[in-house]
Amino acid sequence: MYDILIIGAGINGGLLAHTLSKYDLKVAVLEKDNDVANEATAANSAIIHSGHDPKTGTLKAKLNVRGNVLWEGLCQELKVDFERNGAFVVAVDSSELDSLHELYEQALSRDVPARLISREEALALEPNLSDQVIEVLDLPSTGIVSPWEVTIAAMEDAVNNGVELFLNNKVIKIDKKDGYFDVTTPHGVYQSRFIINAAGVYSDEIYRLVSDHVDYQITPRRGEYYVLDRAEKPVVSRTIYPLPSKKGKGVLVVPTIHKNILIGPNSDIITDKEGKDNTAEALAYVRREVAKTVKNIPMHTVIRTYVGLRPTHLEYDFVIEEAKDVAQFINLIGVDSPGLASAPAITEFVIETLLKPKLSMHLKNNRVERRPWIILNRMSIEDKQSYFKNDARFGHMICRCELVSEGEIVDVIHRNVGARTVKAVKRRVRAGAGRCQGGFCEPRVVQILARELNIDPTEVLLDADASKILVGKTKETLK
Amino acid sequence: MKNYDLVVIGGGSAGLAAAVSAFETGVKDILILERDKELGGILQQCIHNGFGVHTFKEELSGPAFAERFIDLVRQKHIVYKLNSMVIHLNKDKILEYVNPEDGYVQVKAGAIILAMGCRERTRGAIAVPGYRPSGVWSAGTAQRYLNMEGYMVGKKIFILGSGDIGLIMARRLTLEGAVVKGVAEIMPYSNGLPRNVKQCLEDFDIPLYLSHTIAKIDGLDRVNGVTICQVDDKFQPIPNTEKTFDVDTVLFSIGLIPENALSEEAELAMDPVTRGPRVDESYQTSLDGVFACGNVLHVHDLVDFVANEGSKAGISAARYVQNQLTSSDGFKTEAKTGIGYIVPQVIHPDNVKNTIELLFRVKKQYRNVNLVIKKDGEVFRSIKKKHLAPAEMEKIILKNTDILDVHHILSIEVMEEVA
Repeated sequence: MYDILIIGAGINGGLLAHTLSKYDLKVAVLEKDNDVANEATAANSAIIHSGHDPKTGTLKAKLNVRGNVLWEGLCQELKVDFERNGAFVVAVDSSELDSLHELYEQALSRDVPARLISREEALALEPNLSDQVIEVLDLPSTGIVSPWEVTIAAMEDAVNNGVELFLNNKVIKIDKKDGYFDVTTPHGVYQSRFIINAAGVYSDEIYRLVSDHVDYQITPRRGEYYVLDRAEKPVVSRTIYPLPSKKGKGVLVVPTIHKNILIGPNSDIITDKEGKDNTAEALAYVRREVAKTVKNIPMHTVIRTYVGLRPTHLEYDFVIEEAKDVAQFINLIGVDSPGLASAPAITEFVIETLLKPKLSMHLKNNRVERRPWIILNRMSIEDKQSYFKNDARFGHMICRCELVSEGEIVDVIHRNVGARTVKAVKRRVRAGAGRCQGGFCEPRVVQILARELNIDPTEVLLDADASKILVGKTKETLK
Repeated sequence: MKNYDLVVIGGGSAGLAAAVSAFETGVKDILILERDKELGGILQQCIHNGFGVHTFKEELSGPAFAERFIDLVRQKHIVYKLNSMVIHLNKDKILEYVNPEDGYVQVKAGAIILAMGCRERTRGAIAVPGYRPSGVWSAGTAQRYLNMEGYMVGKKIFILGSGDIGLIMARRLTLEGAVVKGVAEIMPYSNGLPRNVKQCLEDFDIPLYLSHTIAKIDGLDRVNGVTICQVDDKFQPIPNTEKTFDVDTVLFSIGLIPENALSEEAELAMDPVTRGPRVDESYQTSLDGVFACGNVLHVHDLVDFVANEGSKAGISAARYVQNQLTSSDGFKTEAKTGIGYIVPQVIHPDNVKNTIELLFRVKKQYRNVNLVIKKDGEVFRSIKKKHLAPAEMEKIILKNTDILDVHHILSIEVMEEVA
């Protein structure tokens, strides 16, 4: 019997698991996919918004502002990157000035650091703002993280400290018993006193497994993005927002923690929860829209496009509450933007407000600290050489674009939330995330995965279970 | 820190040819750094024949062509290191490489020859709509899986781009038992060599869809279909021209990009069109003592030309080490109307011994035009051309006496016949 079962290993499932692992509780996480951080967490704008934007009086406003404060300490604790690179909201038309000033007032009313600056002042800081920009709201507390790296690190830390993670366990049935639940997946039945439904785009369907009275309905909003290659001098150093509209924050230009630039998203309501295909129309729209705010974007350095599905529901605000009709069942529904920025505050809110009043929980002693990823590319030559002297695989360069060695890849395969697929390796150490998109390293990563997992290379997966890379040996097709 | 007179980065056809010619010019203290497990570069996975017609007057396979140069390197006892990736290069010609024998090592070079070759443009670079499943590769990666690792990438194939690697792979996969459903090319003409269109597609009844591109890749986990459509003369999709193919694999052969991360780190002046360093007549870049040749400088059509350029750069680098290159004033070359780029970008006439080769590409296909060479704006020579195409690199050879009176700019342009 678990005390708490978390359904979904995205950013919220990961941070909940990490924080709950500090308590004397028996906690497990069920994840439908073969890796954590696989859905919205893997495909969003990766921004820690300041909290200036959500509507006043909402949970979104409260948790975003609080989340922004918590992020830096969280990343220090998990030993992952966080950068407070700041953001500009830019007005490109005099008709937008009133809205810009309202956003400024709203930020001040929430104690979010903010100032209005002239075009000239803004250009001195961001020379590639478009010619239409007339006035700018500077939001210096805005930050960036790698959402999947944070989630993987949080889950590693949780597993280090006693949380059990069950991958490939899609929840298909939940039975309400007397004071606990039976949760069924294809691999077994898990019993738990509390359930936290952090299933993102599928959170409405998970809730429907225990309740006949579910009004919530997720209709994903699809966002499409371009990724630009790393550059020594990126086109912008801050996140650049247009004025927000009803459909969201608009098409952004976002520096990433790894010195790439993201451009996007659009916002299309779709019905298919697996509708993660790029469309020519949306990509063209993103290109047109971004020209309004930023110029000199080196579109010839695009290395990839991607799609994220926001778990948007019918109402504006997050639903984070114990289900009204099912005791001990906590829903996180409709956690779309600013879900990432709010995530540490969502965890805090769930634990302090929803769990502690109903569950006796005490902090444990003797926590195991997370061992950070080995990132040789950031080390001095002496430090790299000392890794190499311990293990020659740190001297075998596998990814030429992001400079990742075999030793680093082997390390993430054998961690407690180990990489099992080519994409899982990419998420952890960036092999394949660079300008050649795995053209050089993929055959080498396949070999390493096969050897370390003791499987045939034809069994190695790109991503999901049906995504095998190789179909057989040469000459076999001819038989 | 260890010193070498000359370090060659890349042991492919350009680097090997450069090392051999530098050695023959008298520089013996040479180090070749090759990132793969054997010398030869990309030639090692090009197991088809057709290499060496110009250099050796016979048709060799890629590995056989490479072996000719590898043998010379071995005979001369030129030092090379395998599995050795150069990961940093700075303006003082100090470079850092890594391999599983030595670990992370810095060396200082008297001169450096950049011969890192090129990489393939990817699906991501052209933002092809659709899903992002397994079964999508650049053609060269698929070629490596097949020819070096011994694995099949798929059984039902579609290929975008009629570059030579795509054409070669269409034939290779067919011979291996796969069904190649077609090749689409966005241009109204093939970008590959005519002989490859004939021998790799026509001989195997593989359809070539000109003025077509991919509209969508299907398959959430593994490719399960591809839809192509026709494009207009502005390369925009034409509605209702879609064709869908049942395939499990899509390969991209849509161009090559010089691999210049190190050049950028060393802050070499770059040519935005070639995406390689700007060089002078001696293949010297903007950084004194750093030379570039082969596909890292500009993408070539034939390996023979890569090796030839490597040989010339090797001689220049050796002359630099021997203090025989002058640094007198020079002039620039300029690609005018209809010309995409010219290599070299700068010429110092004092270093031109007998003749100078100007290599360039036109921007589009032309018929019955003149190539006009101008010195400081004055017409110097006009050359009639029946046919010019971007896929075929052009060459003009000038004598050193032709260029002595150029002050600032030597330009080339395409002049269409006035009716």
